[in-house]
Amino acid sequence: MTRLFARHRILLPILSLAVLLAATFYMQPRAMSYFGVNLLFNLAVPIALATVAQMMIIMVNDIDLSLGAFVSLVACVTATFLHDTPVLGVLILAGLIAAYAGLGVLIHRFELPAIVVTLGMSFVWGGLALSILPSPGGTAPPWIRSLMTVKPPLVPMAVVAAVLIAAVTHFLIIRTGIGTVLRGVGGNAASVARAGWPVLRLKALAYALAGLFGVLAGMALVGLTTSADANIALRYTLLSIAGVILGGGEFIGGKVSPVGAVIGALTLALAASFLSFLRLSPDWQIGAQGAILILVLTARLIFTRRDEQEG
Amino acid sequence: MSSAKATGTPLVALTDAEKHFGAVRALDGVSLSIFPGECIGLVGHNGAGKSTLVNLVNGGLTPSAGEVNFPATGAPRALEAGVRSVFQELSLCPNLTVAENLRISHADLTGFGWRTRARAEILKSLDTVFPDHGIDPNITVDRLTIAERQMVEIAIGFAPRGTQARLVILDEPTSSLDAAIAEQLLAHIRQFCAGGGAVLFISHMMGEIFDVASTIVVMKDGKIVASRPTAEFTRASLVEAMGHVAGPEAEKAATSRPAFGADILNSKTGLTASEGEVVGLAGLAGHGQAEALAQLYFEHTSSWRAGKGSNMVFVAGDRGRDGILPLWSILRNATVSILPQIARRGIVDRAAETRIAAEWKARIGIRTADVTNNILSLSGGNQQKVLFARALASKAPVVVMDDPMRGVDVGTKQDVYAMIRSEAAKGRTFLWYSTETDEVCQCDRVFVFRDEAISAELTGADITEDRILEASFEMQGVDA
Amino acid sequence: MLSTVISRPWIWSWVAAAAAFVMVMALTQGRGAGELAYAALSFGAFAAIVGLGQMLVITLGPGNVDLSIPAVMTLAGTLSLKVMGSDPNTAALGLLIAVAAGVGAGLANFALIYLLRLPPIIATLSASLVFQSIAIWSNRGLRIKPPAGLADFATGRTAGVPNVALVGIALSVIVWLVLERATFGRWLLASGQNLRAARLAGIPVELVRATTYVTVAVFASIAGYLLASFSGGAALNMGQEYLLTSIAVVVIGGTSIAGGFSNVPGVWGASLFMFLVVSMLNSYGLGAGVRMMLTGLIIIGIVVAASTRRIRT
Repeated sequence: MTRLFARHRILLPILSLAVLLAATFYMQPRAMSYFGVNLLFNLAVPIALATVAQMMIIMVNDIDLSLGAFVSLVACVTATFLHDTPVLGVLILAGLIAAYAGLGVLIHRFELPAIVVTLGMSFVWGGLALSILPSPGGTAPPWIRSLMTVKPPLVPMAVVAAVLIAAVTHFLIIRTGIGTVLRGVGGNAASVARAGWPVLRLKALAYALAGLFGVLAGMALVGLTTSADANIALRYTLLSIAGVILGGGEFIGGKVSPVGAVIGALTLALAASFLSFLRLSPDWQIGAQGAILILVLTARLIFTRRDEQEG
Repeated sequence: MSSAKATGTPLVALTDAEKHFGAVRALDGVSLSIFPGECIGLVGHNGAGKSTLVNLVNGGLTPSAGEVNFPATGAPRALEAGVRSVFQELSLCPNLTVAENLRISHADLTGFGWRTRARAEILKSLDTVFPDHGIDPNITVDRLTIAERQMVEIAIGFAPRGTQARLVILDEPTSSLDAAIAEQLLAHIRQFCAGGGAVLFISHMMGEIFDVASTIVVMKDGKIVASRPTAEFTRASLVEAMGHVAGPEAEKAATSRPAFGADILNSKTGLTASEGEVVGLAGLAGHGQAEALAQLYFEHTSSWRAGKGSNMVFVAGDRGRDGILPLWSILRNATVSILPQIARRGIVDRAAETRIAAEWKARIGIRTADVTNNILSLSGGNQQKVLFARALASKAPVVVMDDPMRGVDVGTKQDVYAMIRSEAAKGRTFLWYSTETDEVCQCDRVFVFRDEAISAELTGADITEDRILEASFEMQGVDA
Repeated sequence: MLSTVISRPWIWSWVAAAAAFVMVMALTQGRGAGELAYAALSFGAFAAIVGLGQMLVITLGPGNVDLSIPAVMTLAGTLSLKVMGSDPNTAALGLLIAVAAGVGAGLANFALIYLLRLPPIIATLSASLVFQSIAIWSNRGLRIKPPAGLADFATGRTAGVPNVALVGIALSVIVWLVLERATFGRWLLASGQNLRAARLAGIPVELVRATTYVTVAVFASIAGYLLASFSGGAALNMGQEYLLTSIAVVVIGGTSIAGGFSNVPGVWGASLFMFLVVSMLNSYGLGAGVRMMLTGLIIIGIVVAASTRRIRT
């Protein structure tokens, strides 16, 4: 049993999500419907995209403390430039992805601690966002709005999107050759370099992918909220880190799971809904989220430790 | 010279290659050509320059002077010339599967269905080198045993990877393989060379060298001191060429086993030691000696409490990983273990600290102008002396030493041997793991390790190189 | 002499702080120098106090960081003000409560790190959510004023120096003494350089780690207690800005992010700098957005400059 969990690391995140979902349906049977499920997971789509972005960085043994500010900035750009002057908007977003690649180069080239550089970048992104939208406002481009509120038959949009994100990133990171090499950078950068790979460019690529998914997260968020403000996604930094870890990822060693990351993001989004159904006093909602996080990580620890003992 | 026998154009040719690290001449003018069909056995003591030579051949380092060429292929770099290295330290990505690791070193493996091809290629290579290996190419490397990882690494070294392996460098490839698997590897090397490939084989196991090498190259102090066909060497002449440090055995017989004090140590793994005894841990590298010592140390000391004097101190051999505190001065490195003894109300007595450091600098002969210099300003041997001083300055009755003579020059070794003897005479107990048999032979009692367990306990006149080797190897391959 | 001064890693944060100070003065033609220095000391003191704690944690080596500082500040501020209930002569009791909250939070953090083997980032992050909830629950939206005497102390001055800065300086001296002179300081610095080597050298590394995580929480709680008294009451977001600030002042101050090397004067220089640079950008009439952006770029610039210096030597 514990072997099974250790070998298939994805099982534990799935189980956590299933248990939480069952508990939610038990508390609130009316949620067990097309609209109910959509409501539960609606906000999970941008969180899942942000979590995948964070995963790209964690994959190469770094961490991004600026992701929340970055997603907020993207949201502001989307609600203003992309709406008013689409061409300029696309150019700005492309520039932001390039900036992320540059960040990867900077960190690798000067051997800088990613935690500090991204911390500094969070000020930069936040400042830019504030300059664009000093007060909440802007409008979501209609096409994003309709994309995020589309109602596919049988399965709600949020679920379809989550499956799609998981499938695409799984293919990209786990199945393709370049994804394998990127994970190799996290696992043993020295041996990847010895095999003749340009590690600097690989790092830039990982960061660019993070930028790309960060941009998608910001656009998805604006599609849901219809307007933006400079602080709209600040909590995504911590949510995305927690999502990666919940999904079975580890901070070092290139051990990441895209499917797990998406499930981790869904779990975090669901936890918020679950707690509100629980009629828990609002005072304790945040704390309960922390407790759930600790609980899941404890469960994981128990399984991995057992596995180590069984050898 | 070997070139007389070999045919064709050399795969790699070193001409007067030198490599300096600061003032240290790791490689001091080496010329060597490796031809197709050759298996070169490279031997030499630790620090003779073998690793540096290997790194010049595989392009890991560029020579400070001289040249490295690949005449047979005319390729500019080792990688294109078909030079492959299997390193002693494991260089796989532990988070990837076996097949994915092949992908890392085989960049052309692209397009749809690359996984199937990678699996096929690594399986074929594994089947060729190690028949009946039983390794699943879909398993992540961190779930393999050390031996299995080594096998995968060797298989990747011999795999075609789009071109063809022409020269495979094997650095202690059998150190974690059991005898039967090692024999499979040796058989494959012979076959590979017969097919026109070349192998550069580094091993401290003489039997393997004689078994597989067509030419033996002996290195000492950064130079090639002998290079002849294997048939022209005998074990004795090879050992002589390497510069064997002989002698202590004769001395040993004279000092017959003295009476020791009470038993001071009795571990779960079966290690026992008495007061004033020097206990050796022997066996092949990586058979659990270092782990046994570390575990023993962790069990007898606390991560939570530090009394005025602990009952055990540790001398690290892997200085970078286990010993040196790189940001600190020699003085602070030397006194870190005795701080509680020289502190008053938690404040370090800096006068006493300076006095003790000066005392040990003189006593153990640390070559430095000023003990407030950074520890890294010292040579490796002197850094090791600081670690000895750190341990011996304490009052701990048991000193645990994890192969502490790595990369230490002969002079320092003699100094330290003498110091260990005199401290033991005062009643201290030493537990000493060493990879060098002549060091172990100086001990009063020896535990030989095999497969993470003690396979023999030797005392007195029983402590001989032959008995230790016997216990290290005994039974291996029989059950396979 | 000059070269030894320049080689001190803390000098750069002080140079930067002085430059920012001069830049403001250039605009005002020297008017208000005293007021600016006073404000910098007052506000810088809070950053310095939490920065000192964060510095000790970061000194423990890669991966060690406390993300629960804002939550602990808020928790200590709300709990102590609630217990004091604006009654006079309860300042000592309030401080006791604040410190107790800090000790509890630090122990909880380390319990998660040690017992559950969680990476400190995740452990302190999860715990901070719980701390935040406790603060919300205990506060219930009330805004309790600090006792008048305490409020006067927190906003007052002694010999021209803000009292909060004096507290910060006193704590700095203690930290400096411990790091430079005490056995514990040596243990901490050794653990940060190489945890395994430190353990093998006989250092009780878990004791060191536990003590450090408790210390950072206590420093955060003292800062929270003072800040709540300084600003006339506790607010739920009062610690928010100190998460990034605490890390930034440590790094700008020249402490090694790789661990094993602390720098107390640098934390002060960086804390003053962080306040002065905002004042400078303010006085040049720049908007909030540009101010933030430049702050971020300056942080990155300093880190890059420090690293190229490191690589060259």
